[in-house]
Amino acid sequence: MARIFAYIVHKSGLADDSAAELAAAAAKIDPAASPTAILTGWGPELDAVSDALRASYAEVWKIANEKLAHPNAELVRKALVQVLPPGSIVLLPHDYFGIDLGPGLSIKLNSAFVSDVVAIEGVEGTCVKAVRQEFGGQVSTHVRCDLSTGAVVNVRPGAFKPLESAAVSGTVVDKSSEVSALEAKRRYLETIVAESGDVDITRQQILVSIGRGIQEKDNVAIAQELADAMGAAVSCSRPVVDAKWMEKSRQVGSSGQTVKPKVYLACGISGSFQHLAGLKGNPFIVAINKNPKAPIFQVADVGIVDDILEFLPELTAKVREVSGGKAIAARTGR
Amino acid sequence: MEILVCVRRVPDTSENEIALTSAGDDIERDDLVYSVNEPDNYAVEEALQIVDRVGGTVTVATVGGDDDEEILRREMAMGAKQGVLISDEAFSGSDGRGIAAILRAYVQKNHYDLILTGVQAEDGGAQVGGMLAAMLDYPFASLVNSIEVLDAKLKISREVAGGNKEMNEIDLPCVLSIQTGINEPRYVGMKGIRQVASVEVPTFDASDLAIDTSAVGESAAKVGRVDYFLPALGKGAEILKGSREENIDKLIELVKSRGGLN
Repeated sequence: MARIFAYIVHKSGLADDSAAELAAAAAKIDPAASPTAILTGWGPELDAVSDALRASYAEVWKIANEKLAHPNAELVRKALVQVLPPGSIVLLPHDYFGIDLGPGLSIKLNSAFVSDVVAIEGVEGTCVKAVRQEFGGQVSTHVRCDLSTGAVVNVRPGAFKPLESAAVSGTVVDKSSEVSALEAKRRYLETIVAESGDVDITRQQILVSIGRGIQEKDNVAIAQELADAMGAAVSCSRPVVDAKWMEKSRQVGSSGQTVKPKVYLACGISGSFQHLAGLKGNPFIVAINKNPKAPIFQVADVGIVDDILEFLPELTAKVREVSGGKAIAARTGR
Repeated sequence: MEILVCVRRVPDTSENEIALTSAGDDIERDDLVYSVNEPDNYAVEEALQIVDRVGGTVTVATVGGDDDEEILRREMAMGAKQGVLISDEAFSGSDGRGIAAILRAYVQKNHYDLILTGVQAEDGGAQVGGMLAAMLDYPFASLVNSIEVLDAKLKISREVAGGNKEMNEIDLPCVLSIQTGINEPRYVGMKGIRQVASVEVPTFDASDLAIDTSAVGESAAKVGRVDYFLPALGKGAEILKGSREENIDKLIELVKSRGGLN
């Protein structure tokens, strides 16, 4: 079996959660292997991360280069191609960086690429058998990936539980001198932090969250009325923002906000993993969806199979009745 | 600016419940409604808006069979000047790399300043655009959610964690994968489709594009789907099975007990 590398995403001197998850994924490919961490960057932050990784990886390959101070996937790819041995198996997190890096890296390494892996069921011959999801998680597939010329495997964040293994005392190997001539046709300029909206959904106890099932912009008012009655705020899933029915600041998910309410009413939301990734703190999840097969019912505490456009107004009326005119101070406006 | 948009026809999940065949080796395809992969519409819309600003033409291309021509016509009804069907039995069973190699052959026979794809397909893995770029030695950016045309380069933003935007400059020619929400794709009515019904859609096969068929298709694929299965179920929600009124009462009680209502 070829050497397995885990590419470590890091920021401000700390390794991403995926650092431990990739080690767990590597163990699923080859339980006997000791995966090697590989990371790029510049300065004391890179040194700090490299040093910390020694506790969980027996070997840590560090590539320090001023041009890699910001992780530009094109430059990282050019560096990795110079350093990785032929036939390597490279694990990446399937996030905004791994999506940028993985496909092109596999071409330059002349290796296989398998994307967004959620489980690995072992190796048969020269092929690894991986699990992927399709159609928003409605079905899963087994995928075979030939490892004989190496592979780049993008692993879904959160899908692999970190191993509870004893701390190792690894060594850092400085590979910086093997990298030369880094020039990119794409240049990083700056990161613009998302504007906060009129309502901070990250601070709400109750969220009435709407998805594609709300069907049109005018129907957002139906959810707002329920939220007003409950003293809650309205949040949403990605399709609602894509359709410009709500502001980006209201979006829950990996490309939106991370929320931690006590109660989360998922209304007409199918429940993609990107959406669920934004839901933390183990809230009480109520799913209301007319599709009984919607994946949201797998993670919700309580489910109701119904049409939200009919159900929500009746729920609002009942909530108003129950609160008996006792005005609940709406924590939010529109 | 000459822009190529790579599009795909996929089962439309908003119109279908995806079910498995009894053998479990495929999804039930008999009654499936197909449509353009949704993110691809955003890519086509973005291309059209760029051409409106700076001039040029938009071409849409797909690798597939005769059935896939309908989505090319749909995108032509949106305003794309030309549709191109890249089709050969030898392409069947290609993995992402195979599809990228086929598209590279087409791109090399033509001239494009900018190549766009949707961010990902329903059954794909956000991979063909990045592979195509690497094969062509063009720069690439994924998850693009704004594009500004400068002289021989673009200023783009990428959607990164927390809804933040990573601003980049990228030289032309390049490949970009377009994130949904970048624009509002225009509506296409039956009338628009009828207007392009008689426009010829050229088809190119492996020999037209000088593609080595041993490098594409099922036999060359390093990655392949073995089977489909239904995901293992979690603990699952307690489904309230009463009348709507009963469900509402029960729900209010549950939410109250969780401190969600006074």
